[in-house]
Amino acid sequence: MLGNTDLTRLIFGRLTLDSIPYHEPILIGTFAVVAIGGLALLGALTYFKLWGYLWNEWFTSVDHKKIGIMYMVLAIVMLLRGFADALMMRAQQAIAFNGSEGFLPAHHYDQVFSAHGVIMIFFVAMPLIVGVMNIVVPLQIGARDVAFPFLNNFSFWMTAGGVIIVMLSLFIGEFARTGWLAFPPLADAANSPGVGVDYYIWGLQIAGVGTLLSGVNFLVTIIKMRAPGMTMMRMPIFTWTALCTNILIVASFPVLTAVLALLSLDRYVGTHFFTNDLGGNSMMYFNLIWIWGHPEVYILILPCFGIYSEVTATFSGKRLFGYTSMVYATVVITILAYLVWLHHFFTMGNGASVNSFFGITTMIISIPTGAKIFNWLFTMYRGRVRFELPIMWTIAFLVTFTLGGMTGVLLAVPPVDFVTHNSLFLVAHFHNVIIGGVLFGMFAGINYWFPKAFGFKLDRFWGTVSFWFWVVGFYFAFMPLYVLGLMGVTRRLRVFHDPSLHIWFIIAAFGAALIACGIAAFLVQIFVSIRNREALADTTGDPWDGRTLEWATSSPPPHYNFAFTPVVHGLDTYADMKKRGFERPMEGFKPIHMPKNTGAGVVIAALATICGFALIWYIWWLAAISFVGIIVATIWHTFNYNRDYYIPADEVAASERAFANAVAARS
Amino acid sequence: MSEQYGAAPLRPFRLLAVLSLPFVLSACDSPLLFPGGDIAARQRDMLLIATGLMLIIIIPVIFMSLYFPWRYRATSKTADYDAEWDHSTKLELVIWTVPLLIIICLGAVTWVGTHLLDPFRPLDKITTSDSVKLDEDPLEVQVVALNWKWLFIYPQYGVASVNELAAPVNRPIRFDLTAESVMNAFYIPTLAGMIYSMPGMETKLHAVMNETGVYDGIASHYNGAGFSDMQFKFYSQKDGDFDAWIQNLKDSGQALDTDSYLDLAKPSEAVPVEYFSSVDPDLYKRILGMCVNPGKLCMQQIMMINAGKAEPGKDVTIDQLKYKTYDLDAFGHGEVDGKGQAGDEPQGATAPATGREPHSDTAKSDGDATGDDSVAPPQLNND
Repeated sequence: MLGNTDLTRLIFGRLTLDSIPYHEPILIGTFAVVAIGGLALLGALTYFKLWGYLWNEWFTSVDHKKIGIMYMVLAIVMLLRGFADALMMRAQQAIAFNGSEGFLPAHHYDQVFSAHGVIMIFFVAMPLIVGVMNIVVPLQIGARDVAFPFLNNFSFWMTAGGVIIVMLSLFIGEFARTGWLAFPPLADAANSPGVGVDYYIWGLQIAGVGTLLSGVNFLVTIIKMRAPGMTMMRMPIFTWTALCTNILIVASFPVLTAVLALLSLDRYVGTHFFTNDLGGNSMMYFNLIWIWGHPEVYILILPCFGIYSEVTATFSGKRLFGYTSMVYATVVITILAYLVWLHHFFTMGNGASVNSFFGITTMIISIPTGAKIFNWLFTMYRGRVRFELPIMWTIAFLVTFTLGGMTGVLLAVPPVDFVTHNSLFLVAHFHNVIIGGVLFGMFAGINYWFPKAFGFKLDRFWGTVSFWFWVVGFYFAFMPLYVLGLMGVTRRLRVFHDPSLHIWFIIAAFGAALIACGIAAFLVQIFVSIRNREALADTTGDPWDGRTLEWATSSPPPHYNFAFTPVVHGLDTYADMKKRGFERPMEGFKPIHMPKNTGAGVVIAALATICGFALIWYIWWLAAISFVGIIVATIWHTFNYNRDYYIPADEVAASERAFANAVAARS
Repeated sequence: MSEQYGAAPLRPFRLLAVLSLPFVLSACDSPLLFPGGDIAARQRDMLLIATGLMLIIIIPVIFMSLYFPWRYRATSKTADYDAEWDHSTKLELVIWTVPLLIIICLGAVTWVGTHLLDPFRPLDKITTSDSVKLDEDPLEVQVVALNWKWLFIYPQYGVASVNELAAPVNRPIRFDLTAESVMNAFYIPTLAGMIYSMPGMETKLHAVMNETGVYDGIASHYNGAGFSDMQFKFYSQKDGDFDAWIQNLKDSGQALDTDSYLDLAKPSEAVPVEYFSSVDPDLYKRILGMCVNPGKLCMQQIMMINAGKAEPGKDVTIDQLKYKTYDLDAFGHGEVDGKGQAGDEPQGATAPATGREPHSDTAKSDGDATGDDSVAPPQLNND
């Protein structure tokens, strides 16, 4: 084409104009929308001169609250992308009957279901979890910030880098067509030589660094930075679950990093870890990825259990029933999470004793989980349940998750798994626990802590609309999949030949449409709440009659969280303080030592993203330069001594007085 | 009169019954709940036992989840309220032990059931019903998952078929399964649970059909572009019909030897049924050893060498150990023209790291590497 292909290859690697999927009308349409929307956004930012504000106040911020909000925004944007994939799958499966091929060829459809899984787990659920932990954990333990504020900012931008890599695959090249865990031998260089799996690998590796580092960060924060008097058994239950989740992250994400590194060695330098020939063993990949993958589901669900605990206690106006057994249940789940990974492949030809062992360990997890559910129920017992949005999500969770837990234990019985593995029954099960557990939990958490993060409550009407669409939509979308699974229908099929299945797929598609309304109502809820923020304002810092420390400070909290580090004397610290008629100190303020914003996180993560992109396309010179750039920028950052400042005592006093006046004016 | 009296209150239910008819009918289709094979039936029984055991606790929990928040709603005038009530040793004991007892029961059932229904375990009186002819030799079927079709070899009859499987009713079947290049799962829902079939490895499945009929068989582990159409029909037949079916294969006059196998192994989608009247006797073993291509060293041989039980020989080269593959990325781009199109090279297909020959070379024979005609090691031909 250019005559000098060697030079083009040297400069662009395997990236050519043919890599742009301009023959795919769906992708071109999407690209047009994204491009126009993106340009409009960039134009607006420039027009309103917001770049400086965004850079100084948000992108370079090391404030855990702001980083938490950025995580949430990222997750909600990616929820839209992941859900668009879900709608396409539901539509394809509802259409592709009676000889119809549907509207997606295998090349596209297989990317869609792979991307859906990857995005929903890594770029929706994980950022939601990390985002909520960011906003809540330091406040709950009475800390100024996390232990390593710069690392926190860097972690966020690495996650965002992973998102950019995965989103780029939509418009340049293609995404993996291997399912969300990219099992070799299908994913090895011989069978999938294209860029799809490389996008997968580098997207996850870059985001994985961010997740691992934020795991380390929170682990240290919770262990070392609790307010005086807050012993382990006085930690709020959400902090406990966050602690366990971060232990899981720190112990399991390195496994993911290692297994993906081995896969990339297979793909890039021709090693044979997972290939069919020359001593490779793909079963090893199955084991390794699930040794990460199973703890991962507990990484997602444990913080949500924490949210339900906080919400149930607060809105029942009562202490949490069985705090101690709740803590032990969490710890038991954390440990057992490592003893069950094999239940993801009972059908791979393992011996009966191995299968029974892992089946039974899986069932054992249901005991502490069941205990937790009873504890929430008995927290409501003899309580005064106020039907605000968070508790509504909690009740929906209790019913839905119990059902999902039951099908989970069914799947843990190996002979049952032999007939339901890889089926839509399985798909229904994990959506049942991830939507019914994680997502409902996140909505409970968002509605609960939104006033803390922004200073005004979320609109109740639109929240209720969203709630009912989500819950009803969930049942319409996934109960048919249980039925289909029992009819022997397996997952990831693109076309169907049996017309009797059709009705179930139509019901499922209808359910997906209801969920779409739920998501739309959620966005409207945020929009309406921002518009009515004056009326919905929370000036007291404690809109729900909360029980834990985060409600003791203003909404939104000042930079420094607490003017004086609180002293903890028992569980439910703030409820206790209120009961004893605590008064806010109005004098004796001291300057507060705070970390300074830095752009290093953005720079290093951007270099990592470029490096990933270059590696995907074999643009070796760019990969080398950006890799050296990462190292140089990291070292350069360590020489930056201008990294802290003091908030003057006057400023602290002024903001504390303003808060006190607002509270007084309200009451 | 009595009819009028009875009909009126039932009318809404009649409507409901009519509306739910398609659902009930399709539920009766369920090969999992109403299977035709003993193994699948026992797996179904496990499903029902486990469900029953769990409902003991699931139903009260769901009831309490709805009743407690309603009973103790803030607007209620009659409900008692005790903000400090957060512990009860008796209750804690109950909420930990009741699930524990259920899991102990379920665990015991699981342990026994998993061992009895292990797919590697030959059938016996415990796992089958009386009609099964356990005294007969099981029907042996060697299953090879190719991209994207199923090859069934019947070594006792020396025939093979593609995308069609048959077996005599009530005769135990033993499947030996492997795959050509990627992981697959072999699943006939009405017969027995699924089992993975994997390249270079062998799994086994023992099962039996107790009813005659035509059933669906599927690939249940995603394996690339042709996945959705990788299906076959399974005929459970009376002895006479099965013999006629075998005769039909024998009459097809097509031989399955090295060349025709290599031809068959090329990726293709939505493949029609094909019959083979004769099969190279050691073909399956060579597929399993990943050495059908002339000149390759078989996996079995490599394992012998690794175990120190055989000499590597003088001229072994790395090429003999490498397995020939196809670029599966090239498939699934739209209309399939019958033989599947491995059209243009996709980006990076000839990446140096892949070590894969370009498409134009795939037909090239790379024999003569050792000059040894017997691809399987002599030690392995003895059995």
